[in-house]
Amino acid sequence: MSNVAIKPPSQGGIVNWMKENLFSNKLNTVISIICIYFIVKFLVGVVDWGILNAVFAADASACKAASDGACWGIISEKYRFIIFGTYPADEQLRPLIAMVWFVGLIVCSLHRSFWKLWLIPLWVASLIGLGVLMWGGVLGLSYVENTQWGGLPLTLMLSVVGTVAAFPLGILLALGRRSELPLIRVWCVAFIELVRGVPLISVLFMASVMFPLFLPEGVTIDKLLRAQIGIILFTSAYLAEVFRGGLQAVPKGQYEAAAAMGLTYWQTMRVVVMPQALRIVIPPTVNSFISMFKDTSLVLIIGLFDLLATAKVAITDPVWRAFYIEVYIFVAAIYFVFCYSMASYANNLETELRKGEQH
Amino acid sequence: MSEPVKSRKKLSSLIYSEKARGVFAQILVTGGIAFIAWYLISNTFENLANQGIATGYSFLSLESSFGISEHMIEFTPADSYGRALMVGLLNTMKVSLLGIIFASLIGFVVGVSRMSKNWILSRIAAVYINLFRNIPVLLQLIFWYTLINNGFPSPKRALEVLPDVFLSNRGVLFPVPADHPAYFWMGVVFVIALAGVWLLRRWALARQDRTGQSFPYAWAGLALVIVSVFITYIVCGAPTEMSTPVLKGFNFKGGAKLSPEFLSLLIGLSLYTSTYIADIVRSGLQSVPKGQEEASTDLGLKPSQTLVHVVLPQASRVMIPPLTSQYLNLTKNSSLAVAVGYPDLVSLSNTTMNQTGQAIEAISIFMGVYLGLSLAISLFMNWYNKKMALVER
Repeated sequence: MSNVAIKPPSQGGIVNWMKENLFSNKLNTVISIICIYFIVKFLVGVVDWGILNAVFAADASACKAASDGACWGIISEKYRFIIFGTYPADEQLRPLIAMVWFVGLIVCSLHRSFWKLWLIPLWVASLIGLGVLMWGGVLGLSYVENTQWGGLPLTLMLSVVGTVAAFPLGILLALGRRSELPLIRVWCVAFIELVRGVPLISVLFMASVMFPLFLPEGVTIDKLLRAQIGIILFTSAYLAEVFRGGLQAVPKGQYEAAAAMGLTYWQTMRVVVMPQALRIVIPPTVNSFISMFKDTSLVLIIGLFDLLATAKVAITDPVWRAFYIEVYIFVAAIYFVFCYSMASYANNLETELRKGEQH
Repeated sequence: MSEPVKSRKKLSSLIYSEKARGVFAQILVTGGIAFIAWYLISNTFENLANQGIATGYSFLSLESSFGISEHMIEFTPADSYGRALMVGLLNTMKVSLLGIIFASLIGFVVGVSRMSKNWILSRIAAVYINLFRNIPVLLQLIFWYTLINNGFPSPKRALEVLPDVFLSNRGVLFPVPADHPAYFWMGVVFVIALAGVWLLRRWALARQDRTGQSFPYAWAGLALVIVSVFITYIVCGAPTEMSTPVLKGFNFKGGAKLSPEFLSLLIGLSLYTSTYIADIVRSGLQSVPKGQEEASTDLGLKPSQTLVHVVLPQASRVMIPPLTSQYLNLTKNSSLAVAVGYPDLVSLSNTTMNQTGQAIEAISIFMGVYLGLSLAISLFMNWYNKKMALVER
């Protein structure tokens, strides 16, 4: 199939562009006019409410007086609680550093020039560093119990650690599912389909309610860690399916060539198959990370204080109760920025990879 | 001297034999899983015995002694836990089914708009898709719920958006026909008429295959359903009495109600899932080569015939697998009802396990239900894929 699109010569100029794209016939003209009318009305309303009539100072009585404007004051008052939860106020630089470090690390990891083997030890070291930074208790940092963690750092941690730890597990499961050994295949298929068949909330319920019953008496694992384990297992099943797609996309000739050269199973996988498969699965892996990032909000149901839970708590303050819309917009904007930028990245990369294949 | 060498040779060949290694690996993995399972289960029984919790599903027949705000079958606190879970399952099915319908409708409109040649309409659709897809569905649910609860007026100041339709922080109230046996019989006739339409379609298609004559079975079927249901209505006495919502004291009496919990769940799930459906519709329609449409137009087919007989059958091959998985996702996401207090299966299981302490049993029930649903749908998908796979030479 040819990808050359033949476009009629455009005369150029904004007027011609509008003629072609907005007012090409009667129906289009009507649709355009209706759309423009509603967009203008909506934008005027948003600007009036969100900027012109809005109150930006953290002053509840001023907010109540300005009844037809937004009250961004609640954000200036509560943003530290919403973002950091109950982490001690004097120590909030620590989760901030951790967040910036991890966002930077993710951005780097997604760039081609960083796709090297040393990325793996860097991630491991970073995860250890994250633990040190958040818990403290060493290097002169005061100890912060993880029941005090909350907000955006918690959301990021659950999803990042969830995906990174699920990565090797997912690869093993995917290999197991394609294995020629029947029993191994059966166990892997059973795990993958079992996990993918149930909603995340049931895995979290298991982690919070059932898991303590599984442990021998006297042994307890705290709730955050249990939820994290649940999220890792859940994500690994989804990643396994993503990796399976990648493995299937590697041509059979590659396996055969590797076998002909006398490579063992693990050598074939490590040197020949995985480098090709992993490249293909980066976009769907990013998408799977995005859904995990959104789905970590479910931990509020089992009583952890992620970004959404801190927002919910922030608006229980009787003084500020009326301004829940502003808080939800603030939190939604944070989620949106993260998800949208990653989704655009994955889309671009996918197009790029597809282009590369056609040469 | 030859004996030990021989046995060593045997042993080493056993180590290097791929088959022996495979068997060994399988035994190791299965043994490991069995050991972990045994360890966890024995711990669990010990813990349960220590806490004095009886295992088993006998609690299902105990009296639940809690009320449920929305139930499609009769339910009182005197009813059993088993019946409560049944109510939850029906509520899950209700919200999922309606969610699937609305998400498909919105998704179809948005997906087609996204493909529109009109730049501004296509941009609006793109903004809609990106906005609602990139915000967690739970946040959306909680937002709608808070908005209905705090932003809508109290029942006393309810907005009457249409005659006898009231909008308040108790939800939406609207008039429905008052109870009458006629409606039951209309339902029965409706189902029978549907079966009739199916037979009609089979006959029409078989005749078309045989003789080439087409029969407008869609229109005939629609007429059949409407006429037969209407006749039943007349025969049963044509009841006209309505039950309308009336404000009594602080709340409404009569009419039917869509609760804030149900509404917020339905709106949130529909909007969120519709963004995925819009993309599926778009890629499905794009997957049909333009030549197909042009060729069928040249053959003299009307645009509606082109759509129904040429474009949609080919697009559906691409669309239906991802669509089913989105429907399944919506059904699984309906378990977020627990966050807004809609009494679905998971939410009522949660209540049940808090009251009885039978966590393992309650969780296993709703996991089993979702698992069964997923497996049923993937079986259906396999069947469908086989049926629809391109038959090539």
